[in-house]
Amino acid sequence: MKRYGGLILLLAGAALALIGLLQGQYDSVLAKAVRICLECVGIG
Amino acid sequence: MAAAALLQNANFKGFFTGRISENAAKGVCVPGLNCYSCPGAVGACPLGSLQSFLGTRPFRFPYYVMGLLLFFGALLGRAVCGFLCPMGLIQELAALVPVKKRNRFRLDQPLRKLKFLILAATLVLPLIVARTPFFCKYICPSGTTAALFLSAADKTVRGLLGSLFTLKFAILTVLIVLSLFIWRPFCKYLCPLGAFYGLMNRVALYRGHVDENACVHCGACASVCRMGVDPVKEINGTECIRCGDCARKCPADAIRIGFAGIRKKEPEAQGGEVRTS
Repeated sequence: MKRYGGLILLLAGAALALIGLLQGQYDSVLAKAVRICLECVGIG
Repeated sequence: MAAAALLQNANFKGFFTGRISENAAKGVCVPGLNCYSCPGAVGACPLGSLQSFLGTRPFRFPYYVMGLLLFFGALLGRAVCGFLCPMGLIQELAALVPVKKRNRFRLDQPLRKLKFLILAATLVLPLIVARTPFFCKYICPSGTTAALFLSAADKTVRGLLGSLFTLKFAILTVLIVLSLFIWRPFCKYLCPLGAFYGLMNRVALYRGHVDENACVHCGACASVCRMGVDPVKEINGTECIRCGDCARKCPADAIRIGFAGIRKKEPEAQGGEVRTS
């Protein structure tokens, strides 16, 4: 199992990312990432 | 590692203008802890993005970010920490100051568990309190570094920094000072991303192998490891960041670190066994 676990998780990760892409989640990440995150920089 | 940090922060103009990148690449998460509010950042922080999704109402499962995290983790495990994370670089730069390092002390092992608690809190708290990225807001030193760059270039940002920034700046300062005496304290004790990749180390394709027949049990690998790992016992445990110090130090050439299946020596050809966990 250990031998293939990494490969299975790698493919599962790629599949999840693809599902997210199809759901438009790339746009959500982009929308958050192009604005200064006030919490992250310690403003609010 | 410096090259990786530069590549992930290649929006050099931003360091002077205080404006963050708005390129399409910002929608892709980088593997390491690199705040997307850093004026140099060209990608998105995976932890910030994840918490943003978890704190959104109505809730949407973060397929895209979780998928990328699983992908990076299954491919590289904590090699991300060892080679790709800018926070690792900052700590290693601080560690260049010639002060005697102490990597084994009584609280070291109990403190290592803290990062798993922080990982749990990072995942659970945004589900309870909407729009509150707990880790980014109260701990993340990458965000604090971003704030320093932003405030240096933009006096409006400088004027907005308050008590929350003071808390985060104190955490960053403590971590940098600790880095003079302890190797990578943030990676060892606090980083939830390191905790996640550490859990993936056991199955990651980029992994360590100890040839038990070749190993002479001299302890050289454990004594050289700055993360406090005994490679003979736990080369694919949660703490190894794949720096390769142990493999270089091994007098018997018994340690290999690389992608599974890509080995210079086939164990069968040597008549030996290979330990992979």
